[in-house]
Amino acid sequence: MIEAGAKVLLEVKQLSATVGGVPILKGIDFTVRAGEVHAIMGPNGSGKSTFAKVLAGHPSYLVTGGEVSFDGRNLFELAPEERARAGLFLGFQYPVEVPGVANSQFLRLTYNTVQGGRGKDELDPLEFDDFVREKMKLLEMDPAFLDRSVNEGFSGGEKKRNEILQMALLEPKLAVLDETDSGLDIDALRVVAGGVNALRQPDNAVVLVTHYQRLLNYIVPDYVHVMEGGRIIKTGTRELAAELESRGYDWVAAEGREAA
Amino acid sequence: MTAVAGNAFRDSLIAGQASSAAAPHAWVARLRGEALDRANALAVPTTGDEDWRFTDLSPLYRLAFHPARAAPLAQELLAPFVAPEAGVRLVFVDGRFVPGLSELPDSGGLVALPLAAGIERHGERAQSHLAQLANFRTDALVALNTAYLQDGALIMAPAGQRVEAPVHLLFVSTQQDVAVHPRVLVIAEAGAELTLVEDFVTLHDGAYCVNAVTEVSVASQARVRHVKLQRDGTSAFHLATCAVRLDRDARYVSNNVTFGARISRQNLNVVQAGEGAECHLDGLALIGGRQLADTHSFIDHALPHGRSRQLHKCVAGGGAHVVFNGRVLVRAGAQQTDSGQQSRNLLLSDKAHVDTKPQLEIFADDVKCSHGATVGQLESEEVFYLRSRGLTDTAARNLLTYAFAADIVNRIPLPSLAARLRTTVLEQTGARELAQ
Repeated sequence: MIEAGAKVLLEVKQLSATVGGVPILKGIDFTVRAGEVHAIMGPNGSGKSTFAKVLAGHPSYLVTGGEVSFDGRNLFELAPEERARAGLFLGFQYPVEVPGVANSQFLRLTYNTVQGGRGKDELDPLEFDDFVREKMKLLEMDPAFLDRSVNEGFSGGEKKRNEILQMALLEPKLAVLDETDSGLDIDALRVVAGGVNALRQPDNAVVLVTHYQRLLNYIVPDYVHVMEGGRIIKTGTRELAAELESRGYDWVAAEGREAA
Repeated sequence: MTAVAGNAFRDSLIAGQASSAAAPHAWVARLRGEALDRANALAVPTTGDEDWRFTDLSPLYRLAFHPARAAPLAQELLAPFVAPEAGVRLVFVDGRFVPGLSELPDSGGLVALPLAAGIERHGERAQSHLAQLANFRTDALVALNTAYLQDGALIMAPAGQRVEAPVHLLFVSTQQDVAVHPRVLVIAEAGAELTLVEDFVTLHDGAYCVNAVTEVSVASQARVRHVKLQRDGTSAFHLATCAVRLDRDARYVSNNVTFGARISRQNLNVVQAGEGAECHLDGLALIGGRQLADTHSFIDHALPHGRSRQLHKCVAGGGAHVVFNGRVLVRAGAQQTDSGQQSRNLLLSDKAHVDTKPQLEIFADDVKCSHGATVGQLESEEVFYLRSRGLTDTAARNLLTYAFAADIVNRIPLPSLAARLRTTVLEQTGARELAQ
């Protein structure tokens, strides 16, 4: 939902970053306002997942230039956990398994940690149990997943549902969902997308990082950006996604080269 | 030099034994005598022995032992160690069986007796199994245990019977400078099912020595779950050999947890002596400070269609040292063996140290065997995942360390025990506040 004059949540200016000395991001400009849904698309290796991880503060990536402000604060002055508490959420492409920690324990810990960081009340195990079960309905998740170890032995679809469940609990201002559609069958995709849509509010925003257009049939973006070679080379509306689906990515890159 | 130290140690141990009750049976007296001869003939282990390369027992050899005084122990002091799930509890205080603190089974199949009474009542069964699995002829520590064989337990699960409630053997140390030699014999007859917990705990911080031997015979199609908890004091020495024999289609599951002792050594030897036998060995050593924990396991696939799975985890903090030697032997006839071994080690400080050695010896050509060892710090991807959910770097690392260890503790089939051990793991990994 584009609304002129909506608050700017994320402003990225000329962001560049390297991993192991190799430049991956080479000058990204990107602005997200409250209420908006952005899709970042692009071929493998274009840097779109790196961009998502850099925003969340992944320690493997070194920011070498540019500025990012998040909700009015300098993002690079915040540790990853401070970004989370400030309302930035990264949905992982490959959610990590944590054998030995019950999912319920983990979810309550993250919920209370983030709530505490926002000066809100924490929930005890009983209160939390009611709360989380309600949220799980949104994602059609079996409560049995509370008793299992975090993501351990979960199918691809179950892991992604668990990611969106965390998003539902943490209520981020900005959710960056990295390839949330990968590994999902059509039913799971519908449920996960339905969960994301239900969490949309006028004061929050979603950035979808995806290789394919099919997710965008369910979560309709206001803007579609194409990344290539560590830069955003084209920005359009949802029709651009359909065009990418039918024509591939090469023509965008060629157009970019001609323009240059 | 070492031989002299060893002899002095033996002399000290001998002086440290209460005068043994006369053996009720000639065969027991003979066994003890034979073992004492071997104990005198065999050198005690030194770091010159390949099997003891990393584990230096010389601090133990410098100790002087005296016999345990008879001292009554109040029941309430045991409360923290009592597992309500257990149907039978045998309590040994400073090595001696204490009937008043124990709960023996009602009549009805299961035999769970202090060793002397067990030998008295079930002499024939005991004689056919005792000292048949743990070799006192080549191992000085097993020889010492056998020479002083007196207290311990005889556990027998009758054929075809599923013993529902676990049997809990609780070994409590209350006095320092005492050496104990508990001896446990477990016989699961054909088709029986049994869960056994051996639990070593302390009520003081002084030095003492446990030299334990456990023999477990699992007859065809029988199933034994064996939990071993070593929670001795951090000045103690814990030396233990567990020898297991599996007959056809028998199954043995071990949860071996080491938290305690200044120096500990656990030998776990499983012979799969029948076709289709299966064992699962899960181990955890979680130590810190100046502790050393050494686990040597040996799985002997002697016959075809055997299966073994082993996951051994070590967490070492401070200046601690963990050792794992996991030997798997697949003999020439043991076709269709399926064996998998994993050694995973986590070092929490620059001064902590691990020596891990998988040792696979395969003489059959149609087998599936795998092994792997990892040593390291926590995965940065895991830490980042938790930080991205709001946890601080320290909280994330503590939680992951806790999880690494709790993964093994959670497999213990007694919920109350697993819960208490999780608390210990929470404390040891600094993750305590995370669970509240």
